Amino acid sequence: MTHSSSPLAARVRHVEALLESRGLVDPVELDRALEAFLARASPANGARIVARAWVSDEFRARLLDDAGAALADVGLSMGGGLQVQRLCVVENTPAVHNVVVCTLCSCYPIALLGPSPTWYKSPAYRAQVVRDPRGVLESFGFSPDGEIAVWDANAETRYMVLPMRPGGTEGWDEERLAGLVTRNGLIGVAPV
Amino acid sequence: MSRMHDVGGADGFGPIVEEPDEPPFHSDWEAHVFAMNRALVAGGVYNLDEFRDAVEQLPGYLTSSYYENWFNAMCALLVRKGVLSADEVDHVPGG
Repeated sequence: MTHSSSPLAARVRHVEALLESRGLVDPVELDRALEAFLARASPANGARIVARAWVSDEFRARLLDDAGAALADVGLSMGGGLQVQRLCVVENTPAVHNVVVCTLCSCYPIALLGPSPTWYKSPAYRAQVVRDPRGVLESFGFSPDGEIAVWDANAETRYMVLPMRPGGTEGWDEERLAGLVTRNGLIGVAPV
Repeated sequence: MSRMHDVGGADGFGPIVEEPDEPPFHSDWEAHVFAMNRALVAGGVYNLDEFRDAVEQLPGYLTSSYYENWFNAMCALLVRKGVLSADEVDHVPGG
C-alpha cells in the first residue's frame, strides 16, 4: 500500500484523528483489525470449498442445499462480519453457467473470496452483466456453452459459483484441486 | 422510485476494466476508511443499512471512487448523528 499525500488522504487522516479524540476509534486497533481481516478473507477459502465439493458428492449436495451450514465442514463460516449473511452456492453444469453481480452496490462473500476487485463494484459491470452477460464474459476472454444465469446479490444473500471440475484431474487431492480455482472463477467470469 | 445506484441494465458506463493483480486496497487511506467504517458500525454509531442509504444519496455517487463514496457517506452520517460537526469535518489542517 502507498501512503498517499493526496487531499483526500489528508481528509481521511483528519477525520480519523477527530474520531480518535472522541474515543470512537483506536488507530492501533484499526491496524490490528485490518491485518486480521486481510489474513482471514481470501479466495483460498472459496477454493477449498470448491475442491471439497469436487471430491465429495455428499458435501456438494449439502453445499448446494444449505451452503452456510456446509461451510463448517471446512472450518469456515459466514458469521463474524457485521451482519449475518446467507450464502447461496450455484453450480455450473454443461447446460448452465452462473455469474454473480450486485447491481445495487457491491454485495459479495468477502469472507470466502477476499475483498472484491474494483471492476466488480464498477457501475460498468453492474449495469452490463444483467443486460448482456455473454458480452461481459467475452470481455473476460470466456465464452461458455449453454445458458448463462446471472445472480444478483443483496445485503442478506451472497452468491458464490461452483465451477465445473476440469477434465484430466482424476485422482488429484483437494489441495491440488483448490490450486486450480481462481477468484474470477468463483464470481463466474472465468471457467474455474 | 429507484435511486442512481440502481444501475442494472443501464447503458453508457463504458467498458469493464480489469486491473491485473489488483491489491485489496490501492492506498493507505482506503484501508483506513474500510477499517473505520467497520469500527463505527461495530460500535453502534450507525448501522449498515444507514450506511448504504447514505452512500446511495451521495451527489457524486457515479463519478467518485468506491472508497471515496464510503468516506463521504461516513462523514455525512457522523454529522447527521451529531458525532462531529460539519465545520470540524471540513476544516482539514493545512487543507
